[in-house]
Amino acid sequence: MAVLEILTIPDERLKRVSQPVEVFDDELRAFIDDLEETRLDGPAAVGIAAPQVGREQRILIMDVSNTRKPVPNHGYLVLINPEITHWDGYEMGREGCLSVPDYTGNVIRATHIKVKAQDPHGQPLEYEMEGYEARALQHEMDHLDGMLFIDRVVSRRTDLFRRKVYQKGGKG
Amino acid sequence: MAEWKMLTLVGEDRSGIVARLTDALFRGGWNLGEASMIRLGGNFTIMMMISGSGDVQPVVEPVAQEMGLHLHIDEISGGLHQHLVPNVQVRVTGADRAGIVAQVTGVLAESGFNILELESDVAGSASKPVYIMNIQGYADTTLEAIEAALNELGDIDVSVSSIETLIG
Repeated sequence: MAVLEILTIPDERLKRVSQPVEVFDDELRAFIDDLEETRLDGPAAVGIAAPQVGREQRILIMDVSNTRKPVPNHGYLVLINPEITHWDGYEMGREGCLSVPDYTGNVIRATHIKVKAQDPHGQPLEYEMEGYEARALQHEMDHLDGMLFIDRVVSRRTDLFRRKVYQKGGKG
Repeated sequence: MAEWKMLTLVGEDRSGIVARLTDALFRGGWNLGEASMIRLGGNFTIMMMISGSGDVQPVVEPVAQEMGLHLHIDEISGGLHQHLVPNVQVRVTGADRAGIVAQVTGVLAESGFNILELESDVAGSASKPVYIMNIQGYADTTLEAIEAALNELGDIDVSVSSIETLIG
């Protein structure tokens, strides 16, 4: 196990498109252990993608089970060669990134998605995700395509005035 | 360590203000830090951190004159990399009437809520204005405590939600 070096902007490698994983061996699984150790080492990151440590393969880790307010989630996930097969809805949320230190911004993401992927042994996986977990997946999958959240930041003036989490007055 | 000044410029909106201003600063050897620029009611407003040495007044004044902008320069303490990440969002919407902002922000201040960003606008029409305000800030208190405090306000429509900033 080892903590890997995280690439930060303006590193050109963060803009490259990662390649699919074809070999599911012990070396891959050892790398995933290192990637997870790296995720846990820094600020509280809910996800990390292989290209963030310079390995240009379609591998990501995410875990949104530890938010301040609990959100629907599938716990700790390792997703290899993930593909979103369906998405629906959109909302704005605030994001930051291990590869973009000291900056956060608002990004519009789909609220409901279905994703197919493989596990570290190459077995098929399928999940439906919503809200924060769906956001995390989209953020990490962007890394696999050489995209960062700063490529998608919108002004808060673009706010969508979505559903009200808490309403007083009016609806009583 | 860089010493920062805050430039404030306000004037009737026209194209080219930002380009002229930042070109003059660049040629004068000044660096830009964080900035906020927005059009408000047909005016263009600029608040901009700059750092450099010497007197910036002679650099900016000609641009302000040319573009019809009021100019104000402050020495400020502080600098870059002092961001606070907001954890609570408050949205207010409803028929425009006097006192909405004062009442809501008064309650927030008593709750120990520190406003980091506030945007407000008047939507609707001249005969039927609708006030919309969006606040993001930081509070150590719980969402429930803020909700309870805002609950005392009665007729104002307010929504409070947590902001969970995703780091990935």
